[in-house]
Amino acid sequence: MTEDVVAAVAEAHRRDWSRVLACAAQVTRDLDLAEECTQDAYEQALHTWARDGVPDRPGAWLTSVARNRALDLRRREERFRRRMPLLVAEDPAPGPEDGLDDDRLRLIFTCCHPALSGEARIALTLRLVCGLSTAEVARAFLVSEPTMAARITRAKKKIATARIPYRVPAADDLAERVGAVLDVVHLIFTTGHTAPAGPRLIRRDLVDSAIDLARTLHLLMPTDAAVSGLLALLLLIDARSGSRVSADGRMLLLPEQDRTRWDGGLIAEGVALLTDALRRRPPTRYAVEAAIAAVHAEAATWADTDWAEIAALYDVLRGLWPSPVVELNRAVAIGLRDGPAAGLDALAPLLDDPALATYGYLSAARADFLRRLGRWDEAIDAYEEALALTDSEKERSFLLGRLADTRDSRSRP
Amino acid sequence: MYLDERRDMAKYMLLIQGDPRQWDAMTPDQWTAHGAAHGAFSAEAGARILGGEQLETATTATTLRADGAGGVVTTDGPFLETKEVLGGFYLLEAADLDEAIKLASLLPEVRAGHSGVEIRPVVEHG
Repeated sequence: MTEDVVAAVAEAHRRDWSRVLACAAQVTRDLDLAEECTQDAYEQALHTWARDGVPDRPGAWLTSVARNRALDLRRREERFRRRMPLLVAEDPAPGPEDGLDDDRLRLIFTCCHPALSGEARIALTLRLVCGLSTAEVARAFLVSEPTMAARITRAKKKIATARIPYRVPAADDLAERVGAVLDVVHLIFTTGHTAPAGPRLIRRDLVDSAIDLARTLHLLMPTDAAVSGLLALLLLIDARSGSRVSADGRMLLLPEQDRTRWDGGLIAEGVALLTDALRRRPPTRYAVEAAIAAVHAEAATWADTDWAEIAALYDVLRGLWPSPVVELNRAVAIGLRDGPAAGLDALAPLLDDPALATYGYLSAARADFLRRLGRWDEAIDAYEEALALTDSEKERSFLLGRLADTRDSRSRP
Repeated sequence: MYLDERRDMAKYMLLIQGDPRQWDAMTPDQWTAHGAAHGAFSAEAGARILGGEQLETATTATTLRADGAGGVVTTDGPFLETKEVLGGFYLLEAADLDEAIKLASLLPEVRAGHSGVEIRPVVEHG
């Protein structure tokens, strides 16, 4: 088997998995069977493409193989009492070439239905929409493969038994349901962007899955400002990914990053999407977060950052999305606008917030302000606290470096 | 189309759970508003409601269990001693979960704070 074929199958896997599965589900009305047919189609592609060459339109080839397999299974199963099938909206089943995009949206909305637990939504979306294997999904969320397999099976059973419908929600529910989908995509992205544990800071597969999902949603709902806002946010943050880790593997914070390595193409695309999203009122949470990322992206250096603008955007954000983490970031922005003493004052009310009690970034932010005020002993305590609260090796080595610098400063006469 | 076999409706049990002390503390005016909201739910759901009742307080419940010696033991009180108890139910017919959620959202217990409505699909036989 040539490498070309393997690469073509891998590419088709990334690009077309959700289309193929959604189309098969339209026939099987059962997510398990649809998954099986999709898997089979990709396996068959490996053999057939090696023998006959890669088809001109790999996605269409895979869709028709999966669909035929689904029709086959259905014919065979019709002799038996059917398993609890997936509910399908009453429109006609599409041919392999048309209506596919709607099928993908149906699949996404079903996987992100609010009647499923948050964990189940993420797991189903990664497995069924992004095509990650159960083992990959399990690794991403630090649970064992059997645990993840059980979670996915339970969720699929609930979809069938409780009759979670396989369709795009009605107009009056759409905004809320889109919001639930965007939360799933955002969580997949943030999990990949700063992997909570392990040697790698960025889990590229998760970041790519999230961006692919956001791009697909934007393609299918181009006028939805909430979708544009989220895609803008992901692109603007991902634009910096090449500069987040130094050559020797150290994590670099914004002030230290080489901004010439930021991806100008992604930034331009993100800013254009954001501008479009902000023209529609009112701004959404993700659009405001994207605006904050855009302010960073547009500053040539750390020193040029418009902290007044960023603090003002955090004021808007806390209205849309009140959360302790937003309060923390706002306090940091105030400190950078008005100086470390003002920053410490702004952080002070957060120290008693139970939601932040085990949040390492609060300790790290305090440590930074204390260090800049020359309050070495307190800074050292705060760095040690931050160290105790992170499992990411890249973050740990960053904090250890800062701690060592602070100890040096203290021992200097 | 081959979708016909699922055109039939599914049944859902709406289990109304809440804090009985809060229900006991309601004023006559609050009960009137509460009843009106149930009326609005009934009007909207119409023939989809297959049945439904308000239950007497859980302190009037009697529970039967095996006594471990082949017999049955009768005890005073509900099956589970919890702060929130089952206060009533509807048996509802709906095309899918979204429709059941939409209708159940009209029930006043969904918004009261101390109470809520659990939606359980009913097992389909045959």
